[in-house]
Amino acid sequence: MISAFPPGLVLVLGALLIPAVRGHARATLLLGLPLLTLFLIWQVPDGVVLSLAFLDHQLAPVHGSVLGRLFATVFAIMAFAGNLFAMRQARLIELVAACVYAGSAICVTFAGDLITLFVFWELMALSSTLVLWSADTPDAYRASMRYVLIHLLGGVVLMIGIAGHISETGSVAFVAMQPDSLAHWLILIGFLVNAGAPPLSAWIPDAYPEASPSGTVFLSAFTTKIAVYVLLRGFPGAEALVFVGLYMIFYGIIYALMENDMRRILAYSIVNQVGFMVAGVGLGTAMALNGAAAHAFTHIIYKALLLMSAGSVLFMTGKRKCTDLGGLFQSMPMTTLCGIIGALSISSFPFTSGFISKSMISQAAADEHLAAVWFLLAAASAGVFLHAGIKFPWFVFFQKDSGLRPPDPPHNMRLAMYLFAFLCIGLGVYPQPLYAILPYPVDYVPYTATHVVSQLQLLLFAGLAFFVLLPQMKRTLTISLDLDWFYRRPGRVLAVTMTDWASKVQRNLEAAMCTHLNRLMHALSRHHGPQGILARTWPTGSMVLWVAVVLGMYLVLYYL
Amino acid sequence: MRRKKHWLVQPHNIKRLWGVFAMVLVLSVAPNVLLHPHAYFGLDGSFGFFAWYGFVTCVAMVFISKWLGWLVKRKDDYYHDD
Repeated sequence: MISAFPPGLVLVLGALLIPAVRGHARATLLLGLPLLTLFLIWQVPDGVVLSLAFLDHQLAPVHGSVLGRLFATVFAIMAFAGNLFAMRQARLIELVAACVYAGSAICVTFAGDLITLFVFWELMALSSTLVLWSADTPDAYRASMRYVLIHLLGGVVLMIGIAGHISETGSVAFVAMQPDSLAHWLILIGFLVNAGAPPLSAWIPDAYPEASPSGTVFLSAFTTKIAVYVLLRGFPGAEALVFVGLYMIFYGIIYALMENDMRRILAYSIVNQVGFMVAGVGLGTAMALNGAAAHAFTHIIYKALLLMSAGSVLFMTGKRKCTDLGGLFQSMPMTTLCGIIGALSISSFPFTSGFISKSMISQAAADEHLAAVWFLLAAASAGVFLHAGIKFPWFVFFQKDSGLRPPDPPHNMRLAMYLFAFLCIGLGVYPQPLYAILPYPVDYVPYTATHVVSQLQLLLFAGLAFFVLLPQMKRTLTISLDLDWFYRRPGRVLAVTMTDWASKVQRNLEAAMCTHLNRLMHALSRHHGPQGILARTWPTGSMVLWVAVVLGMYLVLYYL
Repeated sequence: MRRKKHWLVQPHNIKRLWGVFAMVLVLSVAPNVLLHPHAYFGLDGSFGFFAWYGFVTCVAMVFISKWLGWLVKRKDDYYHDD
């Protein structure tokens, strides 16, 4: 039966065929695989479709669900547009790794049990490291090592949690949990590491901007959003997530405001946007969970669009710092337009996709009468416009004239941007198809006069604040220290000291052992060596003498 | 040879853009005279709440990031000797 085949495996296994073909066949494969996957995703009915026995457990590698289908759909769309964007410029290894990465993310959305989930979770970590690695620069290599260490750590924590959960409940099924036992806390922490939650948020702005122009587009889409998916499914309504989400929201804004690297600004804004989703999961009402799921869907598209426009600038100019860029709107009009559409969407501007998704989360806070949460979310909405909605396009495409006049990027990169720009506007104007596939029935009308007017006021006056305070925002050639400083500086010193100390101890132990061994060998050679007393050759004469003595004594004893 | 500046970056047009922007800002608040959004918490029902709240919080966030910047900003080759 066709529906019993895990749809994500089409991408994972199909990726291995990519190196075997060239030219048009490769292009067909790169674009065809995500479409075939998308088709298969919609063939899987609800419930467990495929069940496998593993040790004492019953695995469910294909478990259809409304929420899983929603995420799988946007992952497949993302893989299609990402491949279109990357197919002529990226290295072969990046294309293969990206397909495996997208495919394993889709496999996670169909995992009905924690073991299958874990396997594809780790495959995502490995393939995404490879995507990062294929940028082929020393900085990307070092960043990929830090990236994979964080993810392996998260994976270990998750695995301990899963093992604890299985031993407590005897079931491997992936069901909704509450953070009420050590095992469940560990699972939650393992999930949150991938979401970029504190204290380990820094891996996102550390690693993502080091990837290739297209690599960052792939990376931005899957890891953090698969975390949102598992949180939605595993921990809906876990109150702690509201605080974690709010922290991420403001962390993203404040750090993005300080940042100079255009793709790092967008990486901080990933943390910010995922914060909205995590807070939505924590609120836990149908409205909030719908909002978080819908926001993940629209976010993947507009964030990819933003990173495609930034990637196009990087690809055409080789520059990534705001201090080196500016004035590009004159020669890259289409990239500018697509960047602005992405920026408006992330800011939830009316008639863009962000408007119809994020507002559901605020609405949920209002419905629950959570004043503090609501006021913070409103401030954060203004802050998103500030740090991503205006700051990114302003410093990259406008501000001072950098004198750079690169043309728009090659046509496949442009087409991918047009597709996503179209989806950003399309979903904003006509959200019904998205609302129809959300996990709960949607009882929400985004386009009311008051909502549109309020949102416009919020954003326009945030814009006013930006331009009034422009002198305060002068770009500097700096990075901002984050909690990763602890493992990149003192942690490193500690590791180096430990290594030195351990090798010194090892040297001393070796020396002591050598002395003892030498002494032993010396004693052995004294007794058994060529000159040793026990190894001497005895003359035949003395042998005969001693035999005669023994025989003589025997005679004497016999006659006694 | 000096290229003619793009119309968008000519100083007199920038002044004009500020004028247009000011008009848009006024227009965005104007509906509040007639339209009273449903207030959930009291304060959010004040006149032009979203306008002044958006402005004030953004100013606050810019200054917080500036102050935090003094603490955490380093030259961008800070980690390069690693």
